[in-house]
Amino acid sequence: MDVVELKTDVLVIGSGAAGMMAALEAANGGVSVILADRSLISRSGATIMAQMTVAVALGSQTPDSPEFHLADTLAAGRDLCDVSLAQLVCEEGPRDILQLDEWKVGWARNANGSIRQAHAPGHDRPRCVYVDFLSTGPAVAKTLRTRVVRQKEVTRVGDLYITDIVVTDGAATGAVGFSLADGRPVAISAKAVVIATGGLTRLYQRNSASANMGGDGYALALRAGATLTDMEFVQFFPIGHLAPRLVGMDPIMWDPFRYKLGGRLLNAEMREFVNDYGNEEAGTYNVTRDRATFAILSEVKAGRGSPAGGAYLSFQHIPEAELRASFGPVIDKLAANGIDLTQMPIEVAPIAHYHMGGVKVDAAMRTGVPGLFSCGEANGGSNGANRLSGNAITEAFVFGRTAGHSAARFAKAAGNADAPVPAGALDLAAAGGPKEGENFAGLIAELQAVMAADVGPFRTEESLTRALGAIAGLKARLGAVPPGAPGPYNMARLDWFDLRTMLLVAEVVTLCAIARKESRGAHQRDDFPAMDDAFVLHHTVTLDGDAIVLGRTPVEGRTIREVA
Amino acid sequence: MRETATLIVRRGNAGDAATTSSYEVPYTPGQSVLDGLRFVRANLDETLSVRHACINANTCKECMIVIDGKVEYACTARLEPRDMVLEPLGNKAHLRDLVTEITPPDERLEHALKTGVGKVAAGA
Ligand SMILES: Cc1cc2nc3c(=O)[nH]c(=O)nc-3n(C[C@H](O)[C@H](O)[C@H](O)COP(=O)(O)OP(=O)(O)OC[C@H]3O[C@@H](n4cnc5c(N)ncnc54)[C@H](O)[C@@H]3O)c2cc1C
Ligand code: FES
Repeated sequence: MDVVELKTDVLVIGSGAAGMMAALEAANGGVSVILADRSLISRSGATIMAQMTVAVALGSQTPDSPEFHLADTLAAGRDLCDVSLAQLVCEEGPRDILQLDEWKVGWARNANGSIRQAHAPGHDRPRCVYVDFLSTGPAVAKTLRTRVVRQKEVTRVGDLYITDIVVTDGAATGAVGFSLADGRPVAISAKAVVIATGGLTRLYQRNSASANMGGDGYALALRAGATLTDMEFVQFFPIGHLAPRLVGMDPIMWDPFRYKLGGRLLNAEMREFVNDYGNEEAGTYNVTRDRATFAILSEVKAGRGSPAGGAYLSFQHIPEAELRASFGPVIDKLAANGIDLTQMPIEVAPIAHYHMGGVKVDAAMRTGVPGLFSCGEANGGSNGANRLSGNAITEAFVFGRTAGHSAARFAKAAGNADAPVPAGALDLAAAGGPKEGENFAGLIAELQAVMAADVGPFRTEESLTRALGAIAGLKARLGAVPPGAPGPYNMARLDWFDLRTMLLVAEVVTLCAIARKESRGAHQRDDFPAMDDAFVLHHTVTLDGDAIVLGRTPVEGRTIREVA
Repeated sequence: MRETATLIVRRGNAGDAATTSSYEVPYTPGQSVLDGLRFVRANLDETLSVRHACINANTCKECMIVIDGKVEYACTARLEPRDMVLEPLGNKAHLRDLVTEITPPDERLEHALKTGVGKVAAGA
């Protein structure tokens, strides 16, 4: 079979906000860039799905400073933020937000022309810029894409699935994968490689993710010799849409609704319950994500959940005129789905939404493997045990730009030395086995069910151990080679590669969750319900051959108490 | 009312003679055609290819197919408890089953090769 060989100075894997920022900045640094995505460029990750908030200390609404933003970020992270990374996000955020403004993203304005900032939960003041309450992500994706298209040094390649990073003498020298359109194996030789592949929420049955969020970057980084950190911290979004089936809308759409209009969370007895769990929510929506998740899942456990297994969210107390004034076009979309908010509550439940953990990097986005950089949601550390609303997009901008800068410098310093792709690197992409009667799409669904049941927001030693067993069983069924032969858009093969990634990443999350014998932020252990000072540390993960190796590192920088 | 929908799907690779597969899937009011196709893939026939990324948000725009003769997004078109005929887009190059070449021309591997960033080599 023919193989395709590409060559570039900097390879960026993933074209969300982080990847596009990295590609732009690297090209500005005077090097050639290939921007690769397993799906359509700029369209297929979390960025285009983001709804509203982008947190940044602009001070255009109320006086603000990056220090205040940092204090809120560290408080939300519950002592586990890597302060150098959080600080970078807070201090450099304003620069990128203003750059996007110059590129005409269209941040919402006040009457006096200043950029408008909304007050989101967990922030001490109005700090979140937005374009529109549902279309910030699409506007960001489109703006960056327009810049990338104009940048001649960036070659965009969609439908290019990266399966492994090529490591030569301990340094990253490219990547291999295959072209989805025709199945041909592809080798890319690069002087520097940037991981910008986003998060892992597809590991869970109920998620806000796209099919491209199986945690590819974590597996790529591990197999290349890099270190992961904080992998036990998966953020669940408390009021994801559950029922009735709603199509054409993001499942996290209820956040702005509840935030703006004060929707009531009710149990099966039609009684408000959030305050039964030590919260003091009165009319407004100010309970943090981990607490709301706890309240809803506790009601379900106590047998007071809604029919589909969540809670009711009701706007019936709000006059139709007010609903319409706030969310006009969305009300029509809901009507098309047979949902009339004045007449019925909908059902919501916690869904996997964002990953705090990820590739361990320094403030220059270096992974420790020479030539390998990482940015965006693929990174771990900046959000500690829980992420503040709005910090993810800002982090994608800042980390992306920083990674692009570092990668360009590295590539330039590398000179003209060519790194041929080592023999055997393309074997997996070209391999094909007879079909052994396994349905890998079905096995992915099985894994998602296991993760939801046993590695969800509430965990115990027992549930986590059970999950490890199930993951081992699924691993045995994966086998060593993808099924069938390479060919145009062969999704059965795609499933195999996805499952290969997802099983490794799921095992890593589960092992870290077992090791953290305490409850903190997004990681709640029913068998260790309290926060324990002995666990103010990061769990790290590396691979030794096929073996997953857990480690511990201290939390870098100031702790929250010194900041406050 | 019938409790299932029957999806009659055009199958095969580019250039192959058109064949169809018929799948009976459970029907719940409000579901999308993509829900039905994803059920097929996980439970009945994983070899069926239908591209999609976002599943709910209708942001990726990858799932456009022809449903009963009309161009629609599989993720927003409703599943209905009857026979539904699903075909790939007629105005794009066919790749496999319901998948057509929708990548913008200048974002394809072929285009990258033309711009000189790489070459095709006889492989292993
Ligand atoms: C529904 C939703 C709403 C959100 N709302 C907000 C919000 O209001 N505010 C906020 O701050 N954050 C929000 N977030 C989080 C935020 O959107 C993400 O954290 C951020 O966009 C991540 O950007 P990224 O560039 O790192 O990754 P992504 O945008 O996810 O991009 C990753 C890209 O990598 C590609 N890729 C993955 N694996 C491979 C591979 N193997 N080979 C090639 N390419 C690959 C994917 O196809 C994808 O295009 C939201 C997330 C979701 C899902
Ligand atoms: S699956 Fe994304 S638009 Fe239909």
